[in-house]
Amino acid sequence: MKIHEFQAKAILSDHGVPVPRGKVADSKEKAREIASDLGGLVVVKAQIHAGGRGKGGGVRLARSPEEAQEVADSILGMQLVTHQTGPEGQSVKRVLVEEGLKIQREFYLGIAIDRDAGKVVVMASREGGVEIEKVAAETPDLILKEPVEPGLGLTPFQARKLAFGLDLPARLVPDAVRFMLALYRAFQDTDASLAEVNPLLLTEDGRLYALDAKINFDDNALYRHPHVRHLRDTDEEDPSEIEAGKHGLNYIKLDGNVGCMVNGAGLAMATMDIIKLAGGSPANFLDVGGGATAEQVRNAFGIILSDANVKAVLINIFGGIMRCDIVARGVVEAAKAMQLEVPIVVRLEGTNLEQGREILEASGLSLTVASGMQDAAEKVVRLASRSMA
Amino acid sequence: MSILVDQDTRLIVQGLTGREGTFHTLQCVRYGTRVVAGVTPGKGGTVHEGIPVFNGMAQACREAGGNASAIFVPPAVAADAIMEAVDAGVDLVVCITEGIPTLDMIKVRRFMAGKKSRLIGPNCPGIISPGKCKIGIMPGAIHREGPVGVISRSGTLTYEAVQQLSSRGIGQSTCIGIGGDPIIGTSFVDALRLFKEDPGTEAIVLIGEIGGTAEEAAARYVRSHLSKPVVGFIAGQTAPPGRRMGHAGAIISGGQGTAEEKIRLMEECGLQVARSPADIGETTARILPGSSS
Repeated sequence: MKIHEFQAKAILSDHGVPVPRGKVADSKEKAREIASDLGGLVVVKAQIHAGGRGKGGGVRLARSPEEAQEVADSILGMQLVTHQTGPEGQSVKRVLVEEGLKIQREFYLGIAIDRDAGKVVVMASREGGVEIEKVAAETPDLILKEPVEPGLGLTPFQARKLAFGLDLPARLVPDAVRFMLALYRAFQDTDASLAEVNPLLLTEDGRLYALDAKINFDDNALYRHPHVRHLRDTDEEDPSEIEAGKHGLNYIKLDGNVGCMVNGAGLAMATMDIIKLAGGSPANFLDVGGGATAEQVRNAFGIILSDANVKAVLINIFGGIMRCDIVARGVVEAAKAMQLEVPIVVRLEGTNLEQGREILEASGLSLTVASGMQDAAEKVVRLASRSMA
Repeated sequence: MSILVDQDTRLIVQGLTGREGTFHTLQCVRYGTRVVAGVTPGKGGTVHEGIPVFNGMAQACREAGGNASAIFVPPAVAADAIMEAVDAGVDLVVCITEGIPTLDMIKVRRFMAGKKSRLIGPNCPGIISPGKCKIGIMPGAIHREGPVGVISRSGTLTYEAVQQLSSRGIGQSTCIGIGGDPIIGTSFVDALRLFKEDPGTEAIVLIGEIGGTAEEAAARYVRSHLSKPVVGFIAGQTAPPGRRMGHAGAIISGGQGTAEEKIRLMEECGLQVARSPADIGETTARILPGSSS
């Protein structure tokens, strides 16, 4: 799960990480008020989940409360387009108004999961304020890493190593150590999967701040962090994906025209791939989970067909222990209840395969029965392109 | 031959008395797996579906003589269940449970360091040595005994591949689902190492997906350590970056973990890559030593 910058900064601040003074505003008047309280130069920052907000015009300076109001007025309600939002952009509903700080240097500080080592890793770099992926790809030596011993947590000597590695003046190292330990505590306490401070700012007068902050959380651990779960902003998510989640379906909308309904994430990805190889383009990723009951199939149909681009649907269910006749009945029931208009190709595999096929063929519905993934992909791509013409 | 599980495996099921635990345990028993005990705290001393139930793993191991465990408990308590099994000293722990928090699994990995138990999973279909022993939720009937080892990060896609093999008359020595999570007990490389030492395994099918760098490490291992032929497949060639495709591990981030990169390296390291999921069986048939085609 992702959250906004202002929410991330509140969590960091609660854990003792210094952040700039500031408040969030959902109106230009409120932005003016906050700027007036802060006094002097302020920064107005669009609050959307995507990165690259500055380049897209979502982060601007204001020298007076009046200017802050003007700037907030222009940012609030805009469709902010960044390299992470897609071409349609994301609507801005809130701005964070913060004190302007004088920059001496910018660093990168991040905490992530190292899958291979099976550990949390703390990363720091002198190359702050830029895309860290770029630094990692081009100059990996500039990223310092400290693996964290599980159970012990980040130790002061490790934080000190990182701080000296950043070439910070010795008198600032204790502050930097406190900063890093606090960030690590925030990561650990909230079951984060990623916590980034980029840039970590050193001001002209020698203070450290989290100038920007990003925290992603482990979805599997949200059950034990209700205060984190409350921070979810569904405005930032695709409505059909939210709807799918309510039914225990795993759905991701894509831009093709062949809808897919598959059981299992790996097989769902492979089904998208074979559609592409057959010359088509998948409209979605959809994992109906282990059990494809009539109700689940009906829910899945509803979500797939809410996408107007879908011209044909491929159902690929590897029943395994589930019986094909039961899956087939579910598909027929759902298709009849929904009065489907797009062509459907069904590929079933598992026990009682023959009975399953008979049920599909005897249904009187315009279902095309396929045998094997290749056959299914070719048939559905042909049907999708025919209904386009 | 086979790896990790066979007719000598004596299985204890943690979470036996739950709905999933009961259903899948009975499927395993029907397949021929020797299930010697179940563990459900508070239900010790009872008998469930003919299987004696104990309050804890240590007691179950001691009294029923188990050497492997299968875990079907809810995600919030699954990490603890794994550690309990490891502490009891079983050789193999197979964790089917999906949705365990990552930081819990990091603790589990630390707890297991230096101990003899091997963990498979979590979030996996389990392991099967056809004709001998099945621990997990995979359909037993699609498998047949034979010379091909199968290693995979996913469930139903593995069934798909196994069915393609079996329908061509190609049997399997052992099939392992290593799991779709970021932190797992047995990696591709671990499984490759085991298949390397197994005289009954003549070829290996490795089914990966986008995200992480485990497939890359596997490809490099194949190049430097394996003389047995390996078929590779990567799911998610059409997946967009930044979106998690079901499995917590299946996400392309920071330009890492793309299908193209994995496929390129696999080919460079001498694996036979099936581009289409429909070609996994056919590709294996071609490279199998002594095959007629």
